[in-house]
Amino acid sequence: MATVDVDLPHVKDEDPHHHGPAKGLGRWLYTTNHKDIGSMYLIFSLTMFMIGGIMALIIRAELFQPGLQLVEPNFFNQMTTMHGLIMVFGAVMPAFVGLANWMIPMQIGAPDMALPRMNNWSFWILPFAFLILLSSLFMPGGAPNFGWTFYAPLSTTYAPESVTFFIFGVHIMGASSIMGAINIIATILNMRAPGMTLMKMPLFVWTWLITAFLLIAVMPVLAGVVTMMLMDIHFGTSFFNAAGGGDPVLFQHVFWFFGHPEVYIMILPAFGIISEIIPTFARKRLFGYSSMVYAVASIALLSFVVWAHHMFTVGMPLVGEVFFMFATMLIAVPTGVKVFNWTATMFRGSMTFETPMLFAIAFVVLFTIGGFSGLMLAIAPADFQYHDTYFVVAHFHYVLVPGAIFSIMAATYYWLPKWTGHQLNETMGKLHFWLSFVGVNVTFFPMHFVGLAGMPRRIPDYALQFADFNSMASVGAFIFGFSQLVFIYNVIQNVRAGEKATAQVWEGAQGLEWTVPSPAPYHTFSTPPKVD
Amino acid sequence: MSKALTLALSLLSTPALADWQVNMNKGVTALSREIFDLHMLIFWICVVIGVAVFGVMFYSIFKHRKSKGAVAEHWHENTTVEVVWTVIPSIILIAMAVPATATLMDMYDTSEADVDIQITGYQWKWRYQYLDEDIDFFSNLSTPREEIVNESAKNPNYLLEVDNALVIPANKKVRFLITANDVIHSWWVPHFAVKKDAIPGFINEAWVKVEEPGVYRGQCTELCGKDHGFMPVVVEVKSEADYAQWVADQKAMKLAMAGEASKEFSMDELIAKGEGVYQAACAGCHQPNGQGIPGAFPAITGSAIATGAIDAHIDIIVNGKTGTAMQAFKEQLSAVDIAAVVTYQRNALGNTVGDMVQPSAIQK
Repeated sequence: MATVDVDLPHVKDEDPHHHGPAKGLGRWLYTTNHKDIGSMYLIFSLTMFMIGGIMALIIRAELFQPGLQLVEPNFFNQMTTMHGLIMVFGAVMPAFVGLANWMIPMQIGAPDMALPRMNNWSFWILPFAFLILLSSLFMPGGAPNFGWTFYAPLSTTYAPESVTFFIFGVHIMGASSIMGAINIIATILNMRAPGMTLMKMPLFVWTWLITAFLLIAVMPVLAGVVTMMLMDIHFGTSFFNAAGGGDPVLFQHVFWFFGHPEVYIMILPAFGIISEIIPTFARKRLFGYSSMVYAVASIALLSFVVWAHHMFTVGMPLVGEVFFMFATMLIAVPTGVKVFNWTATMFRGSMTFETPMLFAIAFVVLFTIGGFSGLMLAIAPADFQYHDTYFVVAHFHYVLVPGAIFSIMAATYYWLPKWTGHQLNETMGKLHFWLSFVGVNVTFFPMHFVGLAGMPRRIPDYALQFADFNSMASVGAFIFGFSQLVFIYNVIQNVRAGEKATAQVWEGAQGLEWTVPSPAPYHTFSTPPKVD
Repeated sequence: MSKALTLALSLLSTPALADWQVNMNKGVTALSREIFDLHMLIFWICVVIGVAVFGVMFYSIFKHRKSKGAVAEHWHENTTVEVVWTVIPSIILIAMAVPATATLMDMYDTSEADVDIQITGYQWKWRYQYLDEDIDFFSNLSTPREEIVNESAKNPNYLLEVDNALVIPANKKVRFLITANDVIHSWWVPHFAVKKDAIPGFINEAWVKVEEPGVYRGQCTELCGKDHGFMPVVVEVKSEADYAQWVADQKAMKLAMAGEASKEFSMDELIAKGEGVYQAACAGCHQPNGQGIPGAFPAITGSAIATGAIDAHIDIIVNGKTGTAMQAFKEQLSAVDIAAVVTYQRNALGNTVGDMVQPSAIQK
């Protein structure tokens, strides 16, 4: 492939005399290569996924039976809080950024990200953010214990001292995300190969472009709200302290103005991935490409006007309830369009069911179930019964685990041969899929039932009538958790050895990334390809 | 007799105790049934859409597979179809939103209530104040610690039982004014379909009109700190006559309590009484053995306050410490309880100060 130096006005090779990776640790510390940085993001995210997963298993072990067996309530609250924060900010978001780093330049025919040095920086501040956050577990008073939504005043006046470290950690994560987002936008808007118009971009690129704008819009809001907390805690202000004239509900409004778009930040790139994988294995072009793009854009826009559906029980005026109910229900329309389009893509295709496709189909089915419970939650009067119960826990785990996480696994299996140059071991991939599929459903489906029956979320112990489904969920969680060891084995095994992969890898795959050899050379598209 | 009746009623009114319950409780009010019907309506809409979409998908997965010789067709868009499947869901949603809005309007109509009760959330208990009567009490979890730590068998109402239940009359519109003293809590009784956040600085409203007497149980549903899982809500709905009797009893009890405060107690009496108060009101944070939780809740054993000047010790219990989790107990504990717990803390849990205080000396 293109290893010749060409003088192109818009492509600046940072070191024209040096094409392979540097040796040793320096390669990783100083790298500006999108593939290296992508790999580091992915490895980081997998590490965080495991740490957050261990916390989830501690939670499920405690909830296996009624009564307090393993941990104290205060530590239980630390586990639920840290599990949420680590999975959202440490596992899902960095995994998508890692995939973006690897794939966006290769999918648009660019030699690298637009801002490679910033790329290095936005990755390398992340481990420190999470070291700070995790170190709070060992501080006096323990780690943050106020839930990943950190509602004031529980997270201000009544918080453990480690909250200050939590705030600092969130600031660093936010800076990392904003830099990552700027880089992605700059890359997509400026570095597409000649001929690749916006409406020819692969959907993964499109969804990431929209996601990046969401990130830039809402991460500063998150930074704002934690700074207000910092002020309340250390500088005597009363933003959220009712005794000083502040407003605890204001916290929730600001938090969810960040939080709802954040939810879509974690699912839009997944939509992109699934829209790449299903056409490949159905051997049929994606149905309704432009409606897919418009659907993602409308979901992103709507995400700014639905935040208070997380707050139906705070005592909003009736008009507020009605507005947020209607706006939320509207989201079901573009989301439905996406599901219909994926189904229509499969219809009259010529399907095969390799591991990435299995994860993609499971995504569509299980994400849709999560979407249905989301629609139920949107019905404000019914939400008074669902709110803050396990029904909500079931809902968001259905969209995040077999949603976001399955899409990340699907993407990993899909592009792994391109990264490593080795074909997948399908037997092991399918083993991982089926264990995960069973585990996820055994864990999260019963949570709908206990939630409807009346079990509140975030409790370390529960009434006897919830015991049966809870023990079932705990068994499922351990199946799901331990089956991820198969995933790690599969990835490591594939990096080390395997049947040589072709450039095409998958019979039905379309797109620029499949025109470069497998493994993809350290530098790709130093000369931009031509897109018709 | 009345106890047996209450028990029988509580068994009748909580079909939720059946294991493997998979659906929402229909509840015991007109509004809760309306909400249940909405829940079922949207559920069945989802089921129908799900069956249609997954039906097509699984048909394709089964039929249009390469191993069966399927050859992919080339079409990849169809404006008519796309418009249809955008418009139809929109219509369904609007149709759904209309009854939902009507129900919401009912829920928000708190006018013309017969009884007004203020509910205040505290870490980790509820306070009920009857605004028209002079009744004011706290409601704490009454499940024994031994059951929670698995040292004895769990009773059927495990974690859903309190020392003083909220008592309301049947067939009357009862309005709740809900607020909180420290952090945000949320007051929920599933059978009433009433869930409202209790927020410091705000007073939220909700209402209920229960047709049948019975005992209904719920929990706090907003994470409020360490013992969030241990602050249940129990509501006893009584017939009108029984309710009137209960109100009269409460007033008589209050008079009796006032007499108690002027009595003289011996040190042993105070310590014995104080131990019970300590375990109920203090042990949650300061721990049953008085050791506290380092970094979160200070120890009582050897503490400067519990072994220092007695007036400062009384003051922190009566008025609390602003900006910390230490609440003011003047509203929650009687003078007798405060005197007892102060005396207990100074002469037990490893402390040996040797002094005591009489209820009459407690200035609230």
